[in-house]
Amino acid sequence: MPINYYIILAVALFSIGVAGVLTRRNAIIIFMCVELMLNAVNLLLVAFSKMHYNNVAAFNPFASIGTDAQVFVFFIMVVAAAEVSVGLAIIVMMYRNIHSVDVNFLNRLKH
Amino acid sequence: MKSIIDYVYLVPLFPLIGFLINGLGRKQLSKSLSGMIGSGMVLASFVVSALIFNATRAEGDPITVRLFDFIQAGNLNIPFEFLVDRLSALFLMIITGVGFLIHLYSTAYMHEEEPHHFARYFAYLNLFVFSMLLLVLGANYLIMFIGWEGVGLCSYLLIGYWFKNKDYGNAARKAFVMNRIGDLGFLLGLFFIIQQFGSLTYGEVFSQAATMSSGATILTIITLLLFVGATGKSAQIPLYTWLPDAMAGPTPVSALIHAATMVTAGIYMIARSNILYTLAPVSQTVVAVIGLATAILAATIAIKQNDIKKVLAYSTVSQLGYMFLGLGVGAYTGAVFHVMTHAFFKALLFLGAGSVIHAMHHEQDIRKMGGLAKKLPITHITFLIGCIAIAGIPPFSGFFSKDEILIHAYGTNPLLYWIGLGGALLTAFYMFRLYAMTFKGSFRGTHEQEHHLHESPWQMTLPLIVLAFLAAVAGFVGIPELFAHDAHKLEHYLGPVFAESYKVQEAHQIDHSTEYMLLGVSITAILIAIVFAWTRYSKKPETGDATGFGKTLANKWYVDELYEAIISKPLNGLGAISNKFIEKSGIDGIVNGTGKTIQWGSRQLRLLQSGQVGTYVLWMVLGILLFFVLIIFI
Repeated sequence: MPINYYIILAVALFSIGVAGVLTRRNAIIIFMCVELMLNAVNLLLVAFSKMHYNNVAAFNPFASIGTDAQVFVFFIMVVAAAEVSVGLAIIVMMYRNIHSVDVNFLNRLKH
Repeated sequence: MKSIIDYVYLVPLFPLIGFLINGLGRKQLSKSLSGMIGSGMVLASFVVSALIFNATRAEGDPITVRLFDFIQAGNLNIPFEFLVDRLSALFLMIITGVGFLIHLYSTAYMHEEEPHHFARYFAYLNLFVFSMLLLVLGANYLIMFIGWEGVGLCSYLLIGYWFKNKDYGNAARKAFVMNRIGDLGFLLGLFFIIQQFGSLTYGEVFSQAATMSSGATILTIITLLLFVGATGKSAQIPLYTWLPDAMAGPTPVSALIHAATMVTAGIYMIARSNILYTLAPVSQTVVAVIGLATAILAATIAIKQNDIKKVLAYSTVSQLGYMFLGLGVGAYTGAVFHVMTHAFFKALLFLGAGSVIHAMHHEQDIRKMGGLAKKLPITHITFLIGCIAIAGIPPFSGFFSKDEILIHAYGTNPLLYWIGLGGALLTAFYMFRLYAMTFKGSFRGTHEQEHHLHESPWQMTLPLIVLAFLAAVAGFVGIPELFAHDAHKLEHYLGPVFAESYKVQEAHQIDHSTEYMLLGVSITAILIAIVFAWTRYSKKPETGDATGFGKTLANKWYVDELYEAIISKPLNGLGAISNKFIEKSGIDGIVNGTGKTIQWGSRQLRLLQSGQVGTYVLWMVLGILLFFVLIIFI
């Protein structure tokens, strides 16, 4: 499958994520959108990795180069999972304090 | 085998060490200790100088002692080396010898000072002696220039020693600025020398110059510029006004500046560059005329001064004028001779004045003195010897040296002689006016002062006695041909230094009958002036302010006011205009404008920080998009 398809899909996912972060006010939805962007990048990383590997393998079938990125993706997923737990914890605390998950109430960063 | 001359670096090293010890340890050292270190270091360097002097008497050739490479750039090579020849050896003797006596004197004169100020004083004195020794010893013009600047700095520090008094601080600044004006001329002269000769080392410059024809333009330019430096340092017209103001410093400092060091720097420089001046007759004429004019002008001012130190200050300016006259008419030996005798009697007079001021509890106005002869016997006798020596009565030293200069002046142009003689009469007159008003007549001060009158301690009288002895007999090293054949020892001693110049110069022979006649006239006239001043001011001392023409003299011909009007005022005006229009609205406008713009911009940018996370993200996304656009389309 040509690489272009992957790129277009990743860009579409990323853009949806960005649009979601920008337009929505619900913290949980924003959080989901952030995850969407993260996964768009992951997808891109795996796609490029595969493409790269194919190019190299054409000359040297025993090369291990090009597989590193796929390992990276797992790392990213692990880190993202940790991040989700922290992020959700913050949202829970937020809800407990102000009884809302609307980020527009969270302008205290200014002070 | 190494001779003593190879150790010449010890001579300036000792005072430098003394300066460092006293300067750095001024808070810790006791007064007696810092006094001993200060004087002891100069004494040590005097001992080395004496050995060197002795060595040069046997061996006349100049010896260069190379210490290290100083500046190397392209073809220019300026090593740090010392030149020991008869001229520098003689100056070493004068500087360290008289310098030591002044240090010794200072230990008693300054005893009322706080310990750390006392040590600071000695540190400055040592630095002064060090700079002067560097000036004299340098084997090229650059080393001389280092010393030249060093004495300028030290004179500033010492004149402003009592810096809490604003007038004294101003006097120090005046001395510094005046010197700087002269130094600029000197520096330009050095640049011309480098451009013309490609070197600053005396040997190379002089040997190249000796091959040039007399009256070459470049030599005239160089010598005139160097002379500008000399007028600043040696207080000649038009830059002499700092020297009388330099009296703000402690009296021993005045003695040091006026007698042993600093003001003789200009004379030394011209004597050292004698071949350049001999080959530039125009410059010689300028030097002689300026010297004579200064001698007369300063002498007239001295007549009406009432401050004991001011009289001596103007007399120094006047005597320096004679030295320049001597240099200008080619009497190089005579000028150096006069430097030497002047060092003795002027140091003596200043230290004597210091003793009087000390006894009078810092009263310097001679109108409030009088009749001190009985109370201060040693000061009185030594001061009298100094007066006779400076007035030029045989066989005291001033007679021989001044006579030698004047006779040479007669050989060049009789007019110079007669004007010079007029100056000598004025000298005799004002010196004996000073003497009579201070020591003769009846006491005119307060009762309290009279009660406290006392002779000074031995540290002060001993230098007076030594200097009085020297002032009385030093003339015998230069007995003119007229009295005894081949008796001018100094002429023989300094012969090799000026040999090149004497080859070029045409000798003016004056027959002996004329010379006897001139001597007779001058001695008689001077004696009359002395007797007149003595009797007049012993009986009827001036007590009020001068009137009529005397007032003009008392106000120093209004030269300071003239400088104020034609130089200081316009410069200050220019400064005020620049301050108002260029500084305030121009430069300040740019600086403040930059600051204001940034502050205003920051205030606008601050509004972006709304605290809304969504807005931040929007900006971030916009930024990323911008980058995409830039990367894709550019």
